[in-house]
Amino acid sequence: MSMPLIEARRVTKILGGVVPVTLVRDIDLKIMPREFIAITGPSGSGKSSLLYLLGLLDLPTDGDVLIDGRSTTAMTEDERAEVRLARLGFVFQFHFLLPEFSITENVALPMRAQGRLSPRAILTRAEELLGSLGLGDHRRKTPDQLSGGQRQRVAVARALANDPPVILADEPTGSLDSVSTAQVFGILRDLVALDGKTVVAVTHDLNLAAQMHRRIHVVDGQVQKDATAAADGHAPA
Amino acid sequence: MNLILTIAWTHVRYRARQTLVAIAGVMTGVGFSIMMAAMMEGSQDDFIQTLVNALPHISVTDELREPNRQPADIRYAAAEFHGLTPEVRRPGIKNPMATIASLQTWVPGALTPSVQSKAVLRFAGRNITVSIVGIDPRTEAEVSNLATHMRQGSLHSLYRASNAILLGDRLASKIGARVNSNITLASAEGANMSATVVGTFHSGFRMTDETTGYVLLKTAQVLEKQTGVVNEIRVRTRDPMEARLISERIGEQTGYRSISWQEAQEDLLSAITVRNVLMYTIVGAILLVASFGTYNIISTITHEKTRDIAILKSLGFRDRTIRTIFICEALLVGLVGAALGWIFGYLLTRGLASLEFKTPFSDYNHLPVIYSVKHYLLATAVALASSFVAGYFPARAAARVHPVDIIRGAT
Repeated sequence: MSMPLIEARRVTKILGGVVPVTLVRDIDLKIMPREFIAITGPSGSGKSSLLYLLGLLDLPTDGDVLIDGRSTTAMTEDERAEVRLARLGFVFQFHFLLPEFSITENVALPMRAQGRLSPRAILTRAEELLGSLGLGDHRRKTPDQLSGGQRQRVAVARALANDPPVILADEPTGSLDSVSTAQVFGILRDLVALDGKTVVAVTHDLNLAAQMHRRIHVVDGQVQKDATAAADGHAPA
Repeated sequence: MNLILTIAWTHVRYRARQTLVAIAGVMTGVGFSIMMAAMMEGSQDDFIQTLVNALPHISVTDELREPNRQPADIRYAAAEFHGLTPEVRRPGIKNPMATIASLQTWVPGALTPSVQSKAVLRFAGRNITVSIVGIDPRTEAEVSNLATHMRQGSLHSLYRASNAILLGDRLASKIGARVNSNITLASAEGANMSATVVGTFHSGFRMTDETTGYVLLKTAQVLEKQTGVVNEIRVRTRDPMEARLISERIGEQTGYRSISWQEAQEDLLSAITVRNVLMYTIVGAILLVASFGTYNIISTITHEKTRDIAILKSLGFRDRTIRTIFICEALLVGLVGAALGWIFGYLLTRGLASLEFKTPFSDYNHLPVIYSVKHYLLATAVALASSFVAGYFPARAAARVHPVDIIRGAT
């Protein structure tokens, strides 16, 4: 059996303050290669917080998150940043592209930060990624010259820039119309089916969640249900 | 271009107006700093140069370093004597020529004997107290600029007549004397002599030009009623800055009071030091104020770019990288501002140097300025340092942005 790409071990996140708020409590989770996972749950249930913890954007108050079997609790912020850069790709509800840069430059950013490829190779890969997501004709445009769906596809291209094995998406279709939603969801699905990526997406959309391999339902910061499509009777897309 | 510079450049480029204001602030600060330093150091150098040229670098006078021991002190081992008339010491430096010859063996520079005297000058019914300096025209040119200050006649004109005298041009015109006029000198020692004006000089110092006359050594000795007396040895060192050390050695060797130009003008030189401290404080303050503009722009960009910072961090950018981006932006503003400040400062300095000022104390009617690379580099270094500080704090705040807080807030 292969090693989990991401593993949460009794992860708890409590926000300090006058009245401490528990966002996530005692979650154990293993994310395996080529999984297409939906994290669902009502608003404020802690699903986004769980995603941020899995993506090393936040530190757990208790427990540990392992990436490729390596504990991340004791890592320095720089080491965690290094893991994010190389092993994880993020797509958020809003595209979060840098408005002053062209979409090609936006896609190139993670590669330039990593510094492994030559400038020419970075440009080629950024253009290839944009082309593969149907944005080849727009590569010189800035984000404000694109539609919401196109921007989100650019965000997906940027998440794929360093070829990470895992894509973490927080409501990736939350601000899109139905056509763009279908396009972006199709891209994420293909990433798993065709490219062998693992996609973990927080979503409110139960129809989309129903099309994913595994659904983790979070309520009050705890996993209430963790089921594969076969187990709960849904057919994955 | 490097990623950090690309982002930094994009940020400042997209805030063109604010960036230009910040750059203008640094430019003004650097420009005025350069101008001020050029003016202050220029006037200081000019002042010191004038001082060094006008005075002997070292003056050895016939005053002893320690008071003369009286014969009774030497003879009796008594603690105290009362009612004794102290022995009168003959004025002047003992064996002056031998002393000069001895000093010439090691002093790097030129030496000349002279006699300092006071006299009342009488001409056309006017009596004016003047300083009479007895010189040796053959060696005088090596220790002073008198030869170059001559308006009429020359140093060697002193050999033209017995009791010849060179007068300051202001003194000559004050009493109405011309070359070949006969004047009368009466010394404090009671000597009276008739002297012939053989030339005039103009040193540029009003006091000197109005109250000084140069005569031959022997003429001054006659006025002092001391044949062969020399009461001052004047020294011009090759490096004026070494005068203090050489002066100390001369004092130790001869036992006479030896004063360097630095010691003679100690008050003025310490005033220059205070002036420099003031100058650099003001220059620093100007650049500090300019850095507020830089702080403002970097702070604004940081504030506006919080979401971008969060997203860069979520992508895997390190804190250090984020910090460097914003520090680079500040340094970019500082560097461009400093470069423009060089041009501005140069033009300001040129403008200032071209202004005319009338001063009753000297002939110079332009502000002396100095063009020194040091000023440009110093102003740039201070501008960059203050830009760095101005950028560091917003940059540090930017690097501390917690991406989750921003992303959560945005969604």
